[in-house]
Amino acid sequence: MIDFDVVTLSRLQFALTALYHFLFVPLTLGLSMILFVMESVYVMTGRVIWKRMTQYWGVLFGINFAMGVATGITMEFQFGTNWSYYSHYVGDIFGTPLALEGLVAFFLESTFVGLFFFGWDKVSKIGHLIITGLVALGSSLSALWILIANGWMQHPVGARFNYHTMRMELSSFSEVLFNPVAQAKFVHTVAAGYVMGSVFVLSISAWYLLRGRNVAFAKRSLAVAASFGLACSISVVVLGDESGYLDGENQKMKVASIEAEWKTAPPPASFTLFGFPDVAARTTHAEVKIPWLLGLIATRSIDQPVLGIYDLVARARSRVVSGIEAYSALQQLRGSAEPPDAGVLQRFEGNQADLGYALLLLRFTDDPATATSQQIDAAAWSTVPNVPVLFWCFRLMVGLGLFFIALFATAFYFATRHRFERHPWFLKLAFFSLPLPWIAIEVGWIVAEYGRQPWAVDGVLPTFLGVSRTSVGNVWMSLTGFVIFYSALAVVDAFLLVRTIRRGPEGLGYL
Amino acid sequence: MSTLMDYATLRVIWWLILGVLLMGFAITDGFDLGLGASFTYLGRTDAERRALLSTIEPVWEGNQVWFVLGGGSAFAAWPLLYATSFSGLYLAMFLVLIALILRPVGFTYRGKLTDARWRAGWDIALTLGGALPALLLGVAFANLFLGVPFHFDNLQRPVVTGSFFSLLHPFALLGGIISLSMLILHGNTYAALKVGEPMAARARLVGRVAAVVFLLTFLGAGFWVYSALGGYEVTSVMDHAGPSDPTRKTVAIVTGAWLNNFRLWPLMWAAPVCAVVGALGAYVSLRAQHAGAAFMASILVQGATILTGGFALFPFLLPSSTHPSQSLTVWDASSSAKTLLLMLAAVLVFLPIILAYTGWVFKVLRGRVTLENLHDHEGGY
Repeated sequence: MIDFDVVTLSRLQFALTALYHFLFVPLTLGLSMILFVMESVYVMTGRVIWKRMTQYWGVLFGINFAMGVATGITMEFQFGTNWSYYSHYVGDIFGTPLALEGLVAFFLESTFVGLFFFGWDKVSKIGHLIITGLVALGSSLSALWILIANGWMQHPVGARFNYHTMRMELSSFSEVLFNPVAQAKFVHTVAAGYVMGSVFVLSISAWYLLRGRNVAFAKRSLAVAASFGLACSISVVVLGDESGYLDGENQKMKVASIEAEWKTAPPPASFTLFGFPDVAARTTHAEVKIPWLLGLIATRSIDQPVLGIYDLVARARSRVVSGIEAYSALQQLRGSAEPPDAGVLQRFEGNQADLGYALLLLRFTDDPATATSQQIDAAAWSTVPNVPVLFWCFRLMVGLGLFFIALFATAFYFATRHRFERHPWFLKLAFFSLPLPWIAIEVGWIVAEYGRQPWAVDGVLPTFLGVSRTSVGNVWMSLTGFVIFYSALAVVDAFLLVRTIRRGPEGLGYL
Repeated sequence: MSTLMDYATLRVIWWLILGVLLMGFAITDGFDLGLGASFTYLGRTDAERRALLSTIEPVWEGNQVWFVLGGGSAFAAWPLLYATSFSGLYLAMFLVLIALILRPVGFTYRGKLTDARWRAGWDIALTLGGALPALLLGVAFANLFLGVPFHFDNLQRPVVTGSFFSLLHPFALLGGIISLSMLILHGNTYAALKVGEPMAARARLVGRVAAVVFLLTFLGAGFWVYSALGGYEVTSVMDHAGPSDPTRKTVAIVTGAWLNNFRLWPLMWAAPVCAVVGALGAYVSLRAQHAGAAFMASILVQGATILTGGFALFPFLLPSSTHPSQSLTVWDASSSAKTLLLMLAAVLVFLPIILAYTGWVFKVLRGRVTLENLHDHEGGY
């Protein structure tokens, strides 16, 4: 009934295209804001070098922006092509922020980005600054709506299942809008994008300084990157995702998996700094722990337990059992005439919050209503994401986040003291840090989205069920096509970026 | 919700909004797709091609958002349509995506190197990026008249059973030629308006050829629909405000049924008549070198052609060729009334704002790009 080849390939395609799209989007977010800062200085001081900086970094922004737009189109339409049951099942809620993203944000960003490049001589100084500001605002607003959509997948609030239409329907838009998980994700992700933009400008400016090229240009760029980056890197960590982890079962499961905390520890829980999670034995070897830390981070208290995987699986199991009630009641409701039997309706209403857990059983049996105890156990354990991957990705992400704070703090100190020349080691460090924000952001995506598994929408719709019932051949074809096509584009994009950086502002006529 | 506006009315309004977004896409992005598809013919030298491209480079990005917004709105307001059509037309959508991806990079990257092979390569990419979507979206639209092979299982999961050969049905190809010629007409009236000679003269010629091809294929498709093609009609009584469950009606396939609405409401004939008049007007205006009038006439063609298709299909959104009774219609494939109302409010607030700033941007960029003033119009991509 479920074609797992289609599921695997569709997931692979979604992950690859999303990770690829996410190579470009955060840089767009960060650079657009940095361009706005630079151009503001130009408008306020009237010094032409700041205009040249805006234009030169704008060229790099444009090369990257094109890739972000190109790969973003795939993301929007992929839900329909490859995740058609998902689209039907939650479109009533999930489609709204996507449409609003277009209406409120993407139109703004895309309409004005043309004038950013082509409007320097066509509008006034202030007018152009406003245009740059609108591009930056549009890209950050885009992120807001996308993360409201994504936040809903992590923590689906403001929605109810309607058995007449066999889908989730919106019950409260303000709950969707002010979803705490979405808000936390927005701040975290946008700030991470600003950090990426700052590291980009910092590294390339450091490279110019190392070579003694465009010193006045590079120093000013570096100062902007250092101060903007310091503020943003602190925001990423302090206002990080953490605050969202308290809401929702899956978020709890995610925390437990990130920590590889199999059994619930007595509060306040300690933070596992290192260790080797063993999925087969359901334990973690050679743990190095910091007492109290996890309890403080995750519960903001010393007396609340952080639930371990075993306890969360036990809770999932009881929800599967309750979900089976909802599922069998739903089958009766579907077959019966209106108005339905009051008892059946009540049985459905009472258990409908757990309907998604019964759908997990479709992986093990065609009829969840008659599932065996073993199948229910298997469904409950299937709610555990890939512990070692989450464990290591999270540590890598946090480690890099802390490194960025140190990097920007040092850069900021040197920038205010004008001491870069005396510390070439720092310029080298800054230059070689260039790839790090990409690594941090990609593993962050993995923690958030791979950590959401097995759910497409937490507790509502399992990922494997969300796919389109299309042929394996179709998905092979599109996946292969995307891999070949995207690889070719990556080569061209990298070639143009490197070429533009090597030529520098003087080579492009901006100095 | 129902106190503010009843569910059936909201559904009709959202059917209209989908049409407006499609028209917005054809009218704005249509000209840059059509110009992209033909610019290597209109411009023979690099300078000529750069002049042509510089008329669309500052605006195509905003234009394309009409397409993105159309997709997003279909997702929000017609989730079943979004889910079933995109998975049902998998190959066509994949090719449209690849072609659309070529455009942002093509526009930005073409001018980065002066190497002739580099530019020739991107010229091919930009031509494909313009022509393929123009062709394939027409093929996809014509497939709505043919029906797409899908049905729903017991969990209401859309099951698509077709192969990609359904895309190659002669009627679908005819639809592809209609949309390709329609957008090439549009792109060339725009070029005739926005570039200097000798490109403008070539654009007037290509535009006239496109107008003729459009007229012939549009009328041909109309005759086919009238005389031979099976149309769909609902044969049971439908609750226009009922829940969105597309499995509770009966549908029959009857030859010529796609013209039922025109028989019922003869005023609808205004749409195809406007499409024909618009194409004739564009032809005559291009011949008389009135590029502005030709562009206006071409806008009429875009709007009237889409309306003609919509009127014929109503209330169907996506007919099923294998299980006609499970076809998606306006009355059983929408979002909930709450979502429709909320999104309507958002559209009413934001669409006028979008139109205002888009209009302002076009005003800033007004003027003709010639080989003499090309330098002033080439920005710093």
